[in-house]
Amino acid sequence: MADHTAAASEGAMGRRTSLVRRPSRRSRFEAGVKALLFAAAAVSVAVTLAIIFSLVKETIAFFGDVSVGDYLFGTKWTPQFAGDQQSFGVIPLVWGTFYLTFIGLVVAVPVGILSGIYLAEFAPRRIRKIVKPVLELLAGVPTIVFGYFALTFFTPEVLRNFLGLGVNQFNALSAGIILGILVVPTIATLVEDAMSAVPQSLREGAAGLGANKVQTAIRVVFPAALSGVVAALVLGASRAVGETVIILIAGGQQANLSLNLYESYQSMAAYIAATARGDIPTGSIEYETIFIVGMTLFVLTLVLNLISIRLVRKYRQVYE
Amino acid sequence: MTGAQIAARASRHTSLHRSGGADRIFSIAFGTLMLGAIGISVLALLTLLFDVARDGISHLSWDFLTSFPSRIIPSNSGIESAIYGTLYLMVVCAAIVVPLGIATAIYLEEYANRERWWNRAIEVNIQNLAAVPSVVYGILGLAFIVRGPLDLGRVVLAGGITLALLVLPVVIIVSREAIRSVPPSIREGSLALGATQWQTIWKQVLPGSIAGIATGIILALSRAIGETAPLLVIGAAVNPRFNPDGLFSSFTALPIQIFTWTQDKDREFVDLAAAAILVMMVLLLLMNSVAIFLRNRYEQKW
Repeated sequence: MADHTAAASEGAMGRRTSLVRRPSRRSRFEAGVKALLFAAAAVSVAVTLAIIFSLVKETIAFFGDVSVGDYLFGTKWTPQFAGDQQSFGVIPLVWGTFYLTFIGLVVAVPVGILSGIYLAEFAPRRIRKIVKPVLELLAGVPTIVFGYFALTFFTPEVLRNFLGLGVNQFNALSAGIILGILVVPTIATLVEDAMSAVPQSLREGAAGLGANKVQTAIRVVFPAALSGVVAALVLGASRAVGETVIILIAGGQQANLSLNLYESYQSMAAYIAATARGDIPTGSIEYETIFIVGMTLFVLTLVLNLISIRLVRKYRQVYE
Repeated sequence: MTGAQIAARASRHTSLHRSGGADRIFSIAFGTLMLGAIGISVLALLTLLFDVARDGISHLSWDFLTSFPSRIIPSNSGIESAIYGTLYLMVVCAAIVVPLGIATAIYLEEYANRERWWNRAIEVNIQNLAAVPSVVYGILGLAFIVRGPLDLGRVVLAGGITLALLVLPVVIIVSREAIRSVPPSIREGSLALGATQWQTIWKQVLPGSIAGIATGIILALSRAIGETAPLLVIGAAVNPRFNPDGLFSSFTALPIQIFTWTQDKDREFVDLAAAAILVMMVLLLLMNSVAIFLRNRYEQKW
């Protein structure tokens, strides 16, 4: 019996070896398909390399004209001027980006987190059915529509007429708050996911010890989901940092290094979109500024994203 | 912190706060805060829709849809070239992103050996690409596609490729999820009947996940429709009085036309932006309805 099996399997082995030696048309086809699919997957890597290549090439050219110190630590951003007035200090753009993001997060963090907690722990099914589509719709509205809303409604009607604030037509307050509204669905959804991933036994344990629903949500579930919540905030911040059109339309196009909420600001992304128009001459210093600012923005969002990926991984490991 | 520690801490806190109605008041206050937060999103969406409808609806007409933009007279202005531009861009974008996105998703789910560093590199890379700001894709389009290595010029093809690269990570991520939702038993059954791996994918896995993939593609395209920044950077035409007539024609698109009008000093032109937004939103709503319909009608439950 044993001999028989051994002989049979030897026979099968023998046959298989001969197949490998002379691959059938079928197996060559299979290998070809796999190679094609791998090539498709490799395209996404090529895209990253192309982005980095484009950015690095012009960044090097830029630093041939401007010193690294002047760029990183300069406090005046006036590339459009000529002669002595021209200055390439990136700090006002970085400041504008962070300041507007900060205003946005002041709105989006409490609103997003509270919405997420509500959806994960409290919302009755009837209300969920309304709120979830609202958040999805809000997330699907193109950012240019938010920009239009900030410019034609939020600034003149809400800030000026209703609240009586003396804001400029383009101002940090309007652009920042609307930026925050844009980020709310991102944060709310991710917070909800993070909190829903917390095992039910923790809630039951807390309830068994006499905690009510709010106490359970705030002191048990929320801390357990904390790294997911932080990841949500980082991702929200990264969206706000990279957002272009809202700031371009409602925040104005003037680099500004101050704290005044009523004034116009410019962010890195908005500078790129305002400066790079089709007819900008290749090789000019203005052309190069697009890339150095793009490089700065790219590195910044990359760092934020890597932090968020790491955090998500961490909170996933806790209960697996 | 382990679950037991958290629960223990919670119990300590609860017992500290147990006295009196403070807990009740806190609960009510917290509940109100949460409802207020939800209310802000609802209110924002409603006022946004109201504002756009109020400004734009009176400008909507057949003439608006079938006229070219005018630089001088608002009432003669329309969005025909923008609509055609957007449709051309979507066709190019879909033609690139559909095969590329699905193929990548299949490779990562069905073939890739996760032990290999290059496969993990591809995965991390896609996650990162998904978070790259859209304006950076515009830079890529300008330096690599419009000029530089591909040197296509400011044409439909260049715009379509740029948008395709922008939404590619979204399509890959959603398609992977759809493919993953097909249970392994289906694959094992097919392989056991003698089908090759590709036959299994083509005849079993793809048909089983196509609803999810299609939904993802539509959602990705509807994101591409609204993208303004990358098209601004690569240099779409401003107020063109012609429709694109092929892949190598210059173009504009709905978001670009909207942006151009919001920058106008004349309030009437700004209102035209609202009318164009309405058209774009209707288009998006239609696409999303199709996506929801596909999901409900064809989604496989295993």
